[in-house]
Amino acid sequence: METSIYSVIAFYLLAITIVGNAALVVFAKNIVHSVLFLAVTFISMAGLFLLLDADFIAAIQVLVYAGAVCIMVVFGIMLIQAPDMKGTNLFNTQLFAGGGVVALVFAMCAILAGRTAWTDLVATQAVPENTIQVIGTLLMSKYVIPFEVVAILLLVALVGAIVIARDDAGTVAVDEGVKANAHD
Amino acid sequence: MENLFVGIADGLRSSLGGLPPELGEAIVMLVKLVAILVFILVNALWLVYMERKVAGYMQARIGPNRVGPKGLLQTTCDIGKLICKEIIIHKDTDKVVFMLAPVLVFVPTLMVFAVIPFGKNMAAIDMNIGLLYLLAIASTSTIIFWMAGWASNNKYSLIGSMRSVAQMVSYELPMVLAILGVIMITGSLNMSDIIAAQEHTWFIFTQPIAFLIFFIASVSECNRAPFDLIEGESELVNGFNTEYGGMAFAMFYLAEYANMLVCCAMVTILFLGGWHAPFGLDFIPSWLWFFIKMYIVMFVIMQLRWTYPRIRVDQLMGFGWKVLVPLSLANIFVTGIGMYIYRAIGW
Repeated sequence: METSIYSVIAFYLLAITIVGNAALVVFAKNIVHSVLFLAVTFISMAGLFLLLDADFIAAIQVLVYAGAVCIMVVFGIMLIQAPDMKGTNLFNTQLFAGGGVVALVFAMCAILAGRTAWTDLVATQAVPENTIQVIGTLLMSKYVIPFEVVAILLLVALVGAIVIARDDAGTVAVDEGVKANAHD
Repeated sequence: MENLFVGIADGLRSSLGGLPPELGEAIVMLVKLVAILVFILVNALWLVYMERKVAGYMQARIGPNRVGPKGLLQTTCDIGKLICKEIIIHKDTDKVVFMLAPVLVFVPTLMVFAVIPFGKNMAAIDMNIGLLYLLAIASTSTIIFWMAGWASNNKYSLIGSMRSVAQMVSYELPMVLAILGVIMITGSLNMSDIIAAQEHTWFIFTQPIAFLIFFIASVSECNRAPFDLIEGESELVNGFNTEYGGMAFAMFYLAEYANMLVCCAMVTILFLGGWHAPFGLDFIPSWLWFFIKMYIVMFVIMQLRWTYPRIRVDQLMGFGWKVLVPLSLANIFVTGIGMYIYRAIGW
């Protein structure tokens, strides 16, 4: 990471955008607005990765997170099924449980941040031009077992989703109209 | 001729020699991006005209022929009329999101064009992960269509935008998987490298199935017939852009053609050899070859629209998930085996 004045300014602008939009995700009353703010948060996160010269991760961040946001919107609307979208993202009264979870997350972040030796992580040499090849090699050699476990986990989730979508008779739950139209 | 645009850029750079290098480079980049912007807008304008002409001839009509020479100014007049119209925002819309959608709709398209190499050394930004960047940025355009449909607060628009999410997500998958075959052969995500790898054989010949899958999926990603269920005029009253009028509507309309341009450029880069000249016809400059190939693909897509009827939603989903995805996975498998055998033989 270069530490010129421009990258410092860019970092703080991105940080303000991320934190501001993340707060708006929580405070927006309408769940659709929340999700749109979430998209802005994700895209600004990609900006942070770009500042660290991790362009591959930045692209993946946009592709996986920001690209999938609209699916979350669809889930939000389909699961809530409110006639009016105003007031679909309200606060609940679980003050202590919420406070406990927040404290736990903060504690975890603080511990991890404290244990990391930041000074060792500062790259002394230039960041490699082509990071994909290195990441790919690492995924297929050193981290091959976590990689495969993640793949199996995703497969299980995929199969699980299909099983849930099926009804008890074992046939895929299809709308009757679609069934009538499908001849083959 | 070959180095026309590169020469212009170099000339500009040297004439800005007096300025500090960072500022000069920034100005050159700005000029490049403005040139691309003008290119896209002029294209979007005249592709609408081309579409109407193609439609006219395919239906044994003449098409627009009154305004300007051969009717070339017809779409300019249409845009002029749309600019004059009032943009009606009815009272139940989500006003901010409603007006934000047509403003944002061009953003992903414009960003994508930054990495497309129009000729030898003619990518505005020669990015290492160009292809991945393009896919990532293009995937965000779904949100914008969705914003437009949802904010309209109209059931037809909502159905249209729900369909757009379902369709774009389902067809993005075979599209990416089809590209993987090409990436496996070239071993690079850089668009210039992918074109350079096609110097002798275009990937349409080594990866014909990937080409077909990519072409179908990209027609679907542009919401073009026969996959234009999102805006099905007869069932959804134009879908997500029903409530838009005036220039807001025109933005969506022009963005559709800009997206087509991206898809045609992608097909050209990935499968038709980019700016490489076929049959050794080198006297035609590389950027002209790129444009010729791109507009041929465009012409095919336009013909598709006026040839085939719209398919049903269940057919669309079934085709995407049960035909294209398994086929593209099989293509990756076969490509892997093929590459292994080629290497074993020692080609």
